[in-house]
Amino acid sequence: MRRVVVTGLGLVTPLGGDVETSWKNLIAGKSGAGTITRFDTTGQKCTIACEVKSPDHEYGFDPDKRVDVKVQRQVDPFIIYGIDAAGQALEDAGLDKMDDALKLRAGCSIGSGIGGLPGIEKESIVLHERGPGRVSPHFVHGRLINLISGQVSIKYGLMGPNHAVVTACSTGAHSIGDAARMIKDDDADIMLAGGAEGTINPLGVAGFAQARALNTSSNDAPEKASRPYDKGRDGFVMGEGAGVVVLEEYEHAKARGAKIYGEVVGYGLSGDAYHVTAPHPDGFGAYRAMEMALKKAGMTPADIDYVNAHGTSTMADTIELGAVRRLFGDAISTMSMSSTKSAIGHLLGGAGAVEAIFCLLAMRDQIVPPTLNLDDPDEGTEGVDLVPHTAKKRSVKAVLNNSFGFGGTNASLVMKQVD
Amino acid sequence: MSDTADRVKKIVVEHLGVEAEKVTPDASFIDDLGADSLDIVELVMAFEEEFGVEIPDDAAEKIATVGDAIKYIDEHKG
Repeated sequence: MRRVVVTGLGLVTPLGGDVETSWKNLIAGKSGAGTITRFDTTGQKCTIACEVKSPDHEYGFDPDKRVDVKVQRQVDPFIIYGIDAAGQALEDAGLDKMDDALKLRAGCSIGSGIGGLPGIEKESIVLHERGPGRVSPHFVHGRLINLISGQVSIKYGLMGPNHAVVTACSTGAHSIGDAARMIKDDDADIMLAGGAEGTINPLGVAGFAQARALNTSSNDAPEKASRPYDKGRDGFVMGEGAGVVVLEEYEHAKARGAKIYGEVVGYGLSGDAYHVTAPHPDGFGAYRAMEMALKKAGMTPADIDYVNAHGTSTMADTIELGAVRRLFGDAISTMSMSSTKSAIGHLLGGAGAVEAIFCLLAMRDQIVPPTLNLDDPDEGTEGVDLVPHTAKKRSVKAVLNNSFGFGGTNASLVMKQVD
Repeated sequence: MSDTADRVKKIVVEHLGVEAEKVTPDASFIDDLGADSLDIVELVMAFEEEFGVEIPDDAAEKIATVGDAIKYIDEHKG
């Protein structure tokens, strides 16, 4: 059977424009949250978010490094973040200059939950105020979700599968899981896989606030707003950015002496079949996704050292934890579980991929990132190490990463160290 | 260089992300400045905006170089 390993990482997050800066700040317990700077928030119920910082910021993101200036003008932020993260991952893997034979065997599966909402909002106003003749000719292909994969394939000449997942907040995890299957099925030897989001715009923030999904009580204390598992949690904080990994067939990676971060050994998927935004109160879908991922990996809960939770800082946190508790049984006492959304907010379609990268780095550095703001743990959290406030050094040989999305879509990934 | 030429050049540099020195009157949008057909649609829209002129599709199709654009605008602006 063909095995799939991770050989390159790329990140654009509210804590950094690259992998090492984001990770260093995450482990240091920094928060990426702040008052929204992108637009005038007058009238918005939520005025905070975890924005990707401008290049002059201490941990800002410089789009000019990898994204053509002309492309930047034509596309939405999520595509810019995705192109850059993909470029980082290829460079990290030593695959940014492939020969033609390899390019035929290299593909892309980089998705997004929502896509180009800021551009849709802006051009709708142009259409309404100035007529159809003023709508940008780049409007459509600058907003489409599969255009990260499209742009990346053109930039790097990747001629293998060209795909994009759209499963709300499970997108990043589904992208990695599906792309790993493409390699297993021999459709490709190399796949760029991940997700991106960039919807910190008036319509995006208003929409999530109206759905009662966002924190609206901590506009004066943005860094305290995302508090998974805490009694005082009352909604997520929107994040933005991208995470992309290079997945590679194991023998191929070994033959070229590639650095290997870990192996994708399990992937589970399920549907809640319950409600458009709320998870099933019993966490049945989450349970089955995790169970399937472990089964595919041929592992038991006792093998898992770290769980990167979906943990959005909503009522759903304890539903997920309940499912983990039922599945893990006694093994829950030996693992650590944290929500990095406490630091970078909820990257929606990017979340699963960004968090998978944090899991791989936890295995690399033998340290698990913290759950910030966990001052007063909610009922039902007893006996679980939720890594409150500060990162924790511990043995991390295998990890489980959960992502759940609107529509009742669930994805779990299991990854482990390669001996 | 005329006022029109300066303003056209500025728009071309901004929209196509090319170096200002390359934007000469003889430069072809497609062959020399890396534009595609959609970029030209966008440039024409920007010229219309900047100079308050209407550039119909059949006229836009004939604008191949920076000089063609400057000439058309100078002949039609109010």
